Amino acid sequence: MNSLFYQKNSSRNIGDKVFTSLSLICVVIAILPLIFLVTYILIKGGAQITPELFTLEPNPPGDDLDAGGINPALIGTLIITTIASIIAIPVGVGGGIYLAEYSKGGPFSRFIRFGVNVLAGVPSIIAGVFIYALIVSTKILFGSMYSGLAGGMALSILMLPTVIKTTDEGLKLVPNELRYASLGVGASMYTTILKITLPSAFRSIATGVVLGIARAAGETAPLIFTALFSYYYITGFGDLFYEMGSLAVLIYNFALEPYDAQNKLAWAASFILVLSILSVNIFSRILAAFTEKTKRV
Amino acid sequence: MEEKLALFKNRKRFGIEKNIDIIFKNTALVLSSFVAIILLGIVLVVFFQSFESFSRYGLKFLVTSEWNPVKDEYGAFTAIYGTLITSFLSLLITIPLGVGTAIFITEDFVPKVFREIIGSFVELLAAIPSVVLGLWAIFVMEPFFRASFVFLHNFFGWVPLFSTEPTGRNSLLAILILVVMLLPIVTSIARDSLNQVPKKLRNASYGIGASRWKTIFSVILPAALSGIMAGVLLALGRAMGETMAVTMIIGNSNAFSWSLLSPGYTISSMLANQFGEADGSQVSSLFYAAFVLMILSLVVNIFAQWLVKKFSLKY
Repeated sequence: MNSLFYQKNSSRNIGDKVFTSLSLICVVIAILPLIFLVTYILIKGGAQITPELFTLEPNPPGDDLDAGGINPALIGTLIITTIASIIAIPVGVGGGIYLAEYSKGGPFSRFIRFGVNVLAGVPSIIAGVFIYALIVSTKILFGSMYSGLAGGMALSILMLPTVIKTTDEGLKLVPNELRYASLGVGASMYTTILKITLPSAFRSIATGVVLGIARAAGETAPLIFTALFSYYYITGFGDLFYEMGSLAVLIYNFALEPYDAQNKLAWAASFILVLSILSVNIFSRILAAFTEKTKRV
Repeated sequence: MEEKLALFKNRKRFGIEKNIDIIFKNTALVLSSFVAIILLGIVLVVFFQSFESFSRYGLKFLVTSEWNPVKDEYGAFTAIYGTLITSFLSLLITIPLGVGTAIFITEDFVPKVFREIIGSFVELLAAIPSVVLGLWAIFVMEPFFRASFVFLHNFFGWVPLFSTEPTGRNSLLAILILVVMLLPIVTSIARDSLNQVPKKLRNASYGIGASRWKTIFSVILPAALSGIMAGVLLALGRAMGETMAVTMIIGNSNAFSWSLLSPGYTISSMLANQFGEADGSQVSSLFYAAFVLMILSLVVNIFAQWLVKKFSLKY
C-alpha cells in the first residue's frame, strides 16, 4: 500500500533531487560569467561613448591624456567586411545552388559538403597565415603588402562555409512541387532557380548570410598580419592597398597597451562591436522566428 | 525528381537559352569547387612554406622547446603542449557544465519561457568576438582570480600543475576564458541532440518505473551521445585553434613549465605574436607550427564528422 505514495526519503527521490540541484548549479555557473561579461562590456564600454569617438583618429599610444577616436577602425571594419562579403556571397550562393539544385548526391557533391564542414573548422588564424603566404608576402596585389584587401580575402575564407551551408540548406527546404510546376510550364533550369527557388528561400539564406557577416566582423586573428592596423583616416579608394585598421585589431592592440587612455578606447570599441553584432543576431532571430510562423500556415 | 527532369530533356529550346542554362550550371559547379580549391590551397601552401624548416628539424621540431631566432634554433614543444593542455583541460571543465545546462533546459524543471531565455542567451554569447573576451579576461578575470591563484599555489604547490608563484597572466586563465568560449557551443549542440531524442523513449522509461534522472542517465543521454560527442569534438577543434582570447591572457612565454600558473604559449598565440615581425627561417618554422595546428584541427574535425555519420540517431 505504501508503495503507491510518493516517498520523500526513498533513495531514488533523494538522488533525483541531488541531480536536479546539480544541474541547476551547472546553469548558474555557466550563466554567471556570461552575465558578468555582457554587463561589463555594456557599462564599461558604454561609459566611454562620446561623439568625438566616431570622428577622430586614435592617437598613438604614449599620449597619456587623450586617446582620440576610432573612426578609421570603424570605417575599416565596414570596408573589410564588405570586401569579404563581395567575395564570399557570390561564391557561396553559387556553390550552394550547385549542391542543392544540380548535384545528385554523387561523390563530388559529398566531397564538397565534407569540404565545407572541414573548412568551417579550420582555425581562423590559419586563414590569415594562408593569405599572408599567398598575397602579403608575394606582394601580388600591385606591390602592396599588408592591405585592407588582403584582410577582406582572409575574412571571406571564414565566411564562405557559412554562406554555402545556409544556401544549400535553405534551398533544400523549398518544396519540390514548386520546381516541378516551374519546369512543367516550360521554364529552363536557371529560370526556375533564379525566379522560383532562390526567391522562396531568400529569407532563410539572407538570415544565415547576415549572421555569417556579423561573425566575420568580429574576427581578429585573420587580420593581424593581413590588414595589420592603421591610425589614419581612410580617405580614398587607394587606401584599400595599404594597412587598414579594424575595430577587432584595435581592441587587441590597445588592450595590451599599458596606458589607461588606450584601454578605454578598447572598451569603447568592444561596446560598439558587441552591440552591433548582438543586435544583428537578435534581429535575424526574430525575423527567422517570424518567417517560420508565417510559413507553417 | 530525376525521372521527371528527364522528360524535359528532349524538348527543343532556343539556342541562347540553352547556352545560358549550361553556363549557369557550370558556373555553379566551378563556384562550388572553390571550397575544395581553397582547402587544398591552404594545406599545400602551409606545407610548402614549412618545407625548409621541416627538412632541417624534422620531427625533432615537435619535441624541443628552444625558440631562438638569433641562433636559428626552433622547436615548438612548448606551444604544442600549451595548445593540447589548454584545450583538453578547458573541455574537461566545459563538458559537465555544458551538458548539465543542456539537460536543465531540455527538462521541464522551470517554465518553458525561462528555459528558452536561458537557451537563446547562451546562444547569443557564442556570437561575442573572442577579442572582446580577451579584453574582459585581462581587465576583469585576471584581477578577480588573482587571490584564489595564490591560495591554489600555497595549498597545492606540491602538485606540479600549480608549482609556480602566480604572476599575472598564465595558462590557467587561458583555460578559464576558453571555458567561457566553449560553453555556448557545447550547450547548444547538446541541447539540440537531447531535443532530438524521441519522446516515446522517455515515456517508455517512465512507464517501467524509472525515475527522472535514471531515465536521463540510462536512456536520454546514451541516445543523444553521438550528437553530444560531435559537439564536444567541434568545441575541441575550436579550442585548439582559438587565438585572440588565449593570446591576450596566456602570457606568451616560450619557457616550458608544467605549471598552469606560469605564462605559457599555444601554437596560435605564437603565430599571432611572431608572424608579423618574423623573417628568414623563423617564418618557415612558424609555418611548420601552423601546419601542426592545421593537422590537429583537421583530424579532430574529420573525426567529428565521421562520428556524426556513423552513430547518428536511427529512430
